[in-house]
Amino acid sequence: MASARDIRRRIRSIKSTQQITKAMKMVSAAKLRKAQTSVIAARPYAYKINEVLGRLVGSTEGYFHPFLEVREVKKIGLVVITGDRGLCGGFNANIIRMAEHFIADTEKEVAFVSIGKKGRDYFRRRGREIVEEYISIGDNPTFIQGKELAKRLMALYTKGVFDEIYLIYSEFRSAMSQKPVTMKLFPVEPAAEENAKDVEYIYEPSKSGVMDHLLPSYVETIVYRALLESKASEHGARMTAMSSATDNAGEIIAKLTLNLNRARQAAITTEISEIVGGAAALQ
Amino acid sequence: MAEKSIKFEVVTPERRVFSADIESLVVPAVTGYLGIWPNHAPLVTALDIGVIQYKQAGKFKKMAVSGGFMEVIDNKVSVLADTAEPGELIDLARAEAAKERAMRRLSERKADLDVKRAELALKRALSRIKAAR
Repeated sequence: MASARDIRRRIRSIKSTQQITKAMKMVSAAKLRKAQTSVIAARPYAYKINEVLGRLVGSTEGYFHPFLEVREVKKIGLVVITGDRGLCGGFNANIIRMAEHFIADTEKEVAFVSIGKKGRDYFRRRGREIVEEYISIGDNPTFIQGKELAKRLMALYTKGVFDEIYLIYSEFRSAMSQKPVTMKLFPVEPAAEENAKDVEYIYEPSKSGVMDHLLPSYVETIVYRALLESKASEHGARMTAMSSATDNAGEIIAKLTLNLNRARQAAITTEISEIVGGAAALQ
Repeated sequence: MAEKSIKFEVVTPERRVFSADIESLVVPAVTGYLGIWPNHAPLVTALDIGVIQYKQAGKFKKMAVSGGFMEVIDNKVSVLADTAEPGELIDLARAEAAKERAMRRLSERKADLDVKRAELALKRALSRIKAAR
């Protein structure tokens, strides 16, 4: 059995680890709250743009835009959104696994646009082609960042670098659950509005003119939302991971304290029996 | 049927900037300024960079917007803009500085100048100044 001193040292070490995980948990909780607010704040815009676009799609036959162009697929672009840092449970691993599944399921050539350090490092280690990489997005992605990224992706698509572009990111369900999802970004396939109100709109300058303006905004919104969802998921995953790490540390400490007391009592018992034995020998 | 007010809502991808009942408004559509009064016909239009002027409780107010579009239906006006700032919240000094910067860049005409971008920056700065005054 380990000596009382060794056990004390281990307890001290685990306690300081517990302090760190506890602090990280609380920081993540605060960041999560902020990220969640951004996700919710982004909704009205996204809903409205989907609604208007959905209504337009049904009534603009023969309309053409480079974003809608379906080409023969030679090369697929995968936009993989991971975090910059670890210690967040399976968050990064789940995204990467999803990307690996995607590669395994397709016979086409695949290259990456990686967002976040973790994904980039992983694909670089495996010698995958990374066309562009972005790290240090920060804890609160701004719309400007989303817009810049969307612009780059639009350029990659219209220039024909990629014939299809997919987003792989983590969808935020709750602090406890995040779900990796794959979403087709290009060619753009806006869903037609199912229960569109039967209203005759005036379009200024024209239906196609509005579409020309709307499509880039639509892509920007999707990319921005993916960034937000992913961030919120990351904070959620980290909070959960750190919370269970703190609990586990507590359990280990309890177990070690028990061992420590046992060891101490055993030492006392031995001492007493030695004294008693010594006294008996004198009589 | 004859409503006297319009529900006016301005949202950006980051947040809801404005939401209230107003009496009328004028927006910078791509085809030129467009006035909206109560009971307007349903309309969807793309917006330019510029100033939205609206009348609320008898007073005219301004708001700088950059791009986006607007939908009018059932006396409800939704503006979806990349950015939107109510005039009273605009930092005039910063807007002036941005204007100077954009003008300087345009007048220097360096080789690597992105003319379109600089022009847009100037346009945005001008609209913000206009909205702030």
